[in-house]
Amino acid sequence: MSERDWPLWEVFIRAKAGLAHKHAGSLHAADAQMALENARDVYTRRGEGVSLWVVPSTAITASDPEDKEAFFEPTGDKIYRHPTFYEIPEDVKNI
Amino acid sequence: MYTQGLDVQKGDVSIPLEQGDSELERRFQAKIDADEKIEPKDWMPEGYRKTLVRQISQHAHSEVVGMLPEGNWITRAPSLRRKAALLAKIQDEAGHGLYLYSACETLNVSRQELVDQLLEGKAKYSSIFNYPSTTWADIGAIGWLVDGAAIMNQVPLQRCSYGPYSRAMIRICKEESFHQRQGYEIMLTLARGTAAQKRMAQDALNRWWWPSLMMFGPNDKDSPHSAQSMRWKIKRVSNDELRQKFVDVTVPQADFLGLTMPDPALRWNAGSGHYDFGEIDWEEFKQVLQGNGPCNRERMRDRNRAHERGRWVREAALAHAEKRRARAAAQTTAVAAE
Repeated sequence: MSERDWPLWEVFIRAKAGLAHKHAGSLHAADAQMALENARDVYTRRGEGVSLWVVPSTAITASDPEDKEAFFEPTGDKIYRHPTFYEIPEDVKNI
Repeated sequence: MYTQGLDVQKGDVSIPLEQGDSELERRFQAKIDADEKIEPKDWMPEGYRKTLVRQISQHAHSEVVGMLPEGNWITRAPSLRRKAALLAKIQDEAGHGLYLYSACETLNVSRQELVDQLLEGKAKYSSIFNYPSTTWADIGAIGWLVDGAAIMNQVPLQRCSYGPYSRAMIRICKEESFHQRQGYEIMLTLARGTAAQKRMAQDALNRWWWPSLMMFGPNDKDSPHSAQSMRWKIKRVSNDELRQKFVDVTVPQADFLGLTMPDPALRWNAGSGHYDFGEIDWEEFKQVLQGNGPCNRERMRDRNRAHERGRWVREAALAHAEKRRARAAAQTTAVAAE
C-alpha cells in the first residue's frame, strides 16, 4: 500500500512588487519545477501573487521554541534601543 | 460538520482527554486561555495533538471526498458559465484538502499515513458526501446548504488555537463564499424557471435539508469530546448553537426562493427569537457514519480507484526528478574534472 511521499516544499508569495515574499503554506512535489507549478495552481488561483518561492522544507533551519526565552532574552532589557527611551521636551520639533 | 465523526466515537480511548496537572500542561492551558496561538514545535499535550490530527484530517478527507458528488455533474452542467463555476469550485475543494493535509502534517504525521487511513476506510469524512447528487438542482442545493453549513462551522474555526489550522481556515473561508453564492444562484434560477424546474429545486431541497442539519454533528448532550475541545479552543461554538444559527439564516432564504423546508414542525418562535424545528433522524445519521449511507461504498470505491490510477503518475514524477538530479550531478562532476 505504502509508497514514497514526494518531498515537502514551503511556499512563499510576493503579493505585489514592493512587498516581501510571505509564507503561504506548503505542498508535496517531486522536484522544484513541479513545486512551483503546483504552488501556482493551489496558492494563487485568485491573483494572490506576482512572484513565488518554493523551498525544500528540510532546507530551513528554525530556532527552537523550547529555547525561545533564552534565545531572544538578550534583547529584552535593552530598552535604550527604542526611541521612547529618550526624553526630549515637547516643544522641540520632531525631525 | 466536516469533522462530526469525532463527536460520536464514545468510549474511544485512543485520545487521552483527561487534563493533567504538570507545569507544562498548566503553562499550555494558560497560553490558550490568554488567546495565544500554539505553533507546530511548541509543547502540547498528546490529547491535544491527537484530537487535532483527527479533526484536521477528517476535515481534509471531507474536502477530497466532497469533490465526488459534484464531479458527477461537470460534463452535464447546463451552460458554459455553470460549468466553469463548478470546475473552479471543485478545484477549490482540492486546494482546501491540500491546505488541511499540510496543516495536519505539522503535527508529525505523514501525508501518506493520512491518505492510507482514508483509503483503507479507517478515517471518517462528513456524512453529507454519502448522499447522491441525482439532478442538476442538487448542485444548487449543495452549494447553498452544504457549503453554507460548512462556512458556518469554519468561520469560528478561524480563531482555533492551533496556528496552522487557523491559518488554513482563514484561506478557506475567503474562498468558500463564492461556493455558497453560486449554489444559491442556481436555486434561484430554477425556482424562477418553469414549473418542472421549480419542482426539481424543491425536490433537491427535500433531500438535502435533513442531511445538511446532520452536518453539525450530534446534539451537544451526546457530544462527548466537545467540552475538552472547547477548553482547548479547537472547537469554538457548540454543535447545537451552530445548527440553530444555520436554520435561522436558511429558512428566510428558502422563503425568498418560494420553496418549503421539508419539516412540518418548523415555525418561528417569537419568544426565543429563533426557528423551532423537528427532530433529526439520528438513526439515519448513525447508519451513514457507520458506512451504510446511500453512497458510502461508491465513494470509497471511486477514491481508491482514482488513487490507484494515479499511482504511475506519482512514480513517474519521482523517477523523472531523480533522473534530472543524476544528470545535473554528472554535469557538475564533469565540469569539475576539466
